[in-house]
Amino acid sequence: MHLHRSERLWIIFGVAMLAVFLGVITTAAVVDGLVPPSRVQTIDPTKVAQTPPFDHPGLRMVSPGVYEAYYVARVFSFTPATIEIPAGARVTFYVTSGDVEHGFSIPETGVNTMVTPGWVSSVAHTFAKPGTFLLICNEYCGSGHQVMAAKVVVKS
Amino acid sequence: MTTVTTTASPAALSRAGGNLLALTHVYTSTLVLGIGALFGMLQGFSRANLIVMPPAFDYYRMLTAHGVLMALVFTTFFITGLFTYCCHETMPRVRSLTLGWIGYCTMLAGTVMTTIIILMGDATVLYTFYAPLKASPFFYFGATLLVLGTWCVAADCIANVIVYKRQNPGSRIPLPAFIATTTMIMWVVATLGVVAEMLLLIPWSLGWTPGIDVGLSRMLFWYFGHPLVYFWIMGAYAIWYTLVPATFGGKVFSDALTRVAFISLLLLSTPVGIHHQYLDPGIAAGWKWLHTVTTYGVVIPSFMTAFAIFASFEIAARRAGRHGFLATVRWLPWGNPVFAGPALGMLLFIPGGLGGIINNSYSMDVLVHNTMWIVGHFHITVGGPVALTFIGASYGLIPALSGRKLYAPRLALAQVYTFFVGMTIMSTAMHWAGLLGSPRRTSDVSYFGSQGAATWHPLMLGAAIGGTLVAISILMFIIVATGTYVANVRSEVPPIFAFAPTDEDAMETPPVLDRLGRWAVIALVLAILAYVGPVTTQIGAHAYLAPGMRTW
Repeated sequence: MHLHRSERLWIIFGVAMLAVFLGVITTAAVVDGLVPPSRVQTIDPTKVAQTPPFDHPGLRMVSPGVYEAYYVARVFSFTPATIEIPAGARVTFYVTSGDVEHGFSIPETGVNTMVTPGWVSSVAHTFAKPGTFLLICNEYCGSGHQVMAAKVVVKS
Repeated sequence: MTTVTTTASPAALSRAGGNLLALTHVYTSTLVLGIGALFGMLQGFSRANLIVMPPAFDYYRMLTAHGVLMALVFTTFFITGLFTYCCHETMPRVRSLTLGWIGYCTMLAGTVMTTIIILMGDATVLYTFYAPLKASPFFYFGATLLVLGTWCVAADCIANVIVYKRQNPGSRIPLPAFIATTTMIMWVVATLGVVAEMLLLIPWSLGWTPGIDVGLSRMLFWYFGHPLVYFWIMGAYAIWYTLVPATFGGKVFSDALTRVAFISLLLLSTPVGIHHQYLDPGIAAGWKWLHTVTTYGVVIPSFMTAFAIFASFEIAARRAGRHGFLATVRWLPWGNPVFAGPALGMLLFIPGGLGGIINNSYSMDVLVHNTMWIVGHFHITVGGPVALTFIGASYGLIPALSGRKLYAPRLALAQVYTFFVGMTIMSTAMHWAGLLGSPRRTSDVSYFGSQGAATWHPLMLGAAIGGTLVAISILMFIIVATGTYVANVRSEVPPIFAFAPTDEDAMETPPVLDRLGRWAVIALVLAILAYVGPVTTQIGAHAYLAPGMRTW
């Protein structure tokens, strides 16, 4: 089929642009491990309170500066409600839901994941700067969704 | 509503019947747009803390109604009306309209049922109805009826094409009918996902099954959810390709390339949905990456469309003796709302499309997922280009279908510009708030006076101002649309809303492009290829079922 010359150039430009984007994304994924949170681990949503480690949600120190935080999301709060970590700490969050779909997001950081009943979500972040960060549910979960929030306090 | 004389040919009779059917669809979409806009404006005020919604009109209930009515009902009724017009106008023949009317009535029954249940507060689950939020079974029944009604419209288009090809061997399917049928085939392939999801949700909502596989239901929803977006866009593209050039005496740039663009959209719209689930647990990163690649594929027919549309502008301007960019822009009929609506929509689609590329960018999506950025994005795509195109086209369609003169054409012209300004302000504010981290789908984002959240508030005021302009402009549209019918001024010359002819310099259309059955099979195979891995993995994980819950 015949294509007009300028149209051919335009489409080549479009395809080339997408190839560059895809190259950047793929390189970042493979080299830097920059992939979206995609943990594949099931859990019985009706037995979250009895399933370790979610039977005792909270912060654990793995080694100095390295932490794991286990969260349970339920309408309309997170447990634990507050965690305190030193600046520079690397925290891996593990989150699951005891009821409906929730979100788990710390604005202005890269922490953002869906929390689906039946599954465990995981996302990691290094908190370089001290301050109090708001942790919010960013998926509609019911009439009190707007108050579903917690705090991450990063101490200097 | 076209006057039919006793000497009318069978073709004219078929057109008249088709016109009434199409007009009914278009007026229904107009009414729904008005109701949806009112709810939208109230949400804007509420979120900016300007008003407090009474319990019977709580934020989430109105948000559900706004999302369902705008995303699923307004767009669908307009598109089915437009495509009924495309088929009956270009392939006129004596054929029963029964199937078309059954489709319309089924869609309407589904819409009424769903809307009543939402307003009663028994389905505050938003338009994505994510399980295990459990709505009344009638919500799911109604939504299913709406989809089944559209399948009747699709069957009507396909039946028209089959009969046309039998009666006109060797000739091509007329371009508008080709576009309509290709889009409806894409729609049927896409809605298979949501119908499959309904087969899980309906027995569960009736209490016949104890729980729901949430991951699977989400995957089936998004199998449908993204092609839904392309359904809107293809409706707008149909107008951009075939109707907009006629407003300035222009022509379709290339019949063959238009068909190639629509076939590409048919093939590529469905195998892409997991890009809405980048942040979902339970789906391996590799499947997500695969859908990043396929989603980028859909950008190509959009590039082709951008070229073809602007080429049709430029070629027509040159034939009129205007050369150069500015001369072309000045020459175009900006004083005609039928042109200005879609053309302003095209302008909004430039940032809209670029935003879409950002959202699809795998790792970058983390920064914008479920923030107001996404709300800004779909308002500057479906709320801007698509809605503005449909409104602009209505100013041509309603007079053509009803034989009446457009009421208050100056108000119509002011309307499209008001809408454009309002939507630009609103979606800019929303995008910005999203970049600062403000979540979507949240009635109040003050979070007990948190400092970070305080930066979001001024932007919500901006969104409320823009949203008010949009709501006012939709009221203007309703006045013009209703006024045209009520004033009932017959024009001396019957108003026509013609499809543009094809440019005579364009190439021949290869017959293979018209083999819609073959393309439909390929589309289905591509969808299966993209989903067989994720869906079997999801089922193979034997995820625990979640019991339903009413948390509102």
